[in-house]
Amino acid sequence: MKLLTHNLLSSHVPGLRPGGGFPLRIELGHPSELPPEPIPNYEGDEEFLRRVHHVLLEVEVLEGSLQCPDSGRRFPISKGVPNMLLTEDEA
Amino acid sequence: MAARLLAACVAGECYSSLNDRFSQRTGKIPDPCSVPKGTRERYHQESPACQVCPSALSRAPRSADTVTKSMKKLKLKELESCLQQVDTFESPKLLLEQYPTRPHIAACMLYTIHNTFDDIENKTVADLGCGCGMLSIGSAMLGAGFCVGFDIDADALEIFNSNTEDFELTNINMVQCDVCSLSDSMSDTFDTVIMNPPFGTKHNKGIDMIFLKTALQMAKTAVYSLHKTSTRQHIQKKAAEWEVKMEVLAELRFDLPASYKFHKKKSVSIKPNITEKTFEVDIEVDFIRFSATKVLN
Repeated sequence: MKLLTHNLLSSHVPGLRPGGGFPLRIELGHPSELPPEPIPNYEGDEEFLRRVHHVLLEVEVLEGSLQCPDSGRRFPISKGVPNMLLTEDEA
Repeated sequence: MAARLLAACVAGECYSSLNDRFSQRTGKIPDPCSVPKGTRERYHQESPACQVCPSALSRAPRSADTVTKSMKKLKLKELESCLQQVDTFESPKLLLEQYPTRPHIAACMLYTIHNTFDDIENKTVADLGCGCGMLSIGSAMLGAGFCVGFDIDADALEIFNSNTEDFELTNINMVQCDVCSLSDSMSDTFDTVIMNPPFGTKHNKGIDMIFLKTALQMAKTAVYSLHKTSTRQHIQKKAAEWEVKMEVLAELRFDLPASYKFHKKKSVSIKPNITEKTFEVDIEVDFIRFSATKVLN
């Protein structure tokens, strides 16, 4: 799973606040190399764009999990595929 | 930390435009168009009997630009031969209406989408109910910037995953989820949605329309989908209600595999054309383009 895909995902646990369940926290043993916010004038900064491109499109998360920021529910990532399905009890 | 930045990228500014700029600058985005290794020698494999002849294929491309823009053009036949190597369901699940999109049909669809409408190359493409990924893999071969397949079934996604590895395609991701639950969380996230949704027969009545509505919400430009011809009027009514433009590009004959036993016994509001030897059932299917200039909700 690329981070670009992660960006699209949100948790669908019932009863979240509107717009909740996003962004999912990626649980990995890896610190992020990127600053928390885009730097000023990032559009002209090739070095920064390269790093963003690398993280967005060249890094694949293969195993780990995504945690819903509101409910704490964990969605496993296995072989690069995040499983966003809820169990019948939850849904 | 990264997540917030990334969210900002997607929410604030469409990522694909950032990506475009970036690729112009560095030219280092990997080229997904190239034919994967080890497939060339298998090109001569015979195609299955041709059952489809979409009239749309004979159309002229929109402008000369769209032709010259694609540096490496994959020919229709080549695309079809590549797609013949995509593995499909080992044991299709009736409940999920699993049947593969045949390589021939998939190739014709994708080729039309690519050449007539230019909705694949360098676009973000979503495939809802992707199954083993026939349409996503084909899109990636035609130069899609990034493809994401969505399906509920882990077994199908596993086959999809091994397909992408076999073809050495790196710009495809898949997500296991219930497409019916995606509806409002992914508005305008993809340029194009290409799908072969469940037809909504038997146990899943109406699921085809849920897929379509979700797809229309996700797509910024267009949705391409297959629907039973018998439901065309209903879809036209819905399209008018949702204020989307709908264009039937081709009428196809779709052969459902014999694995669907119930088709042998009785017709399911589809026109059965049962041949005793193969137990295949032909159904009439529309290949439709919806333009997502819309006011949904």
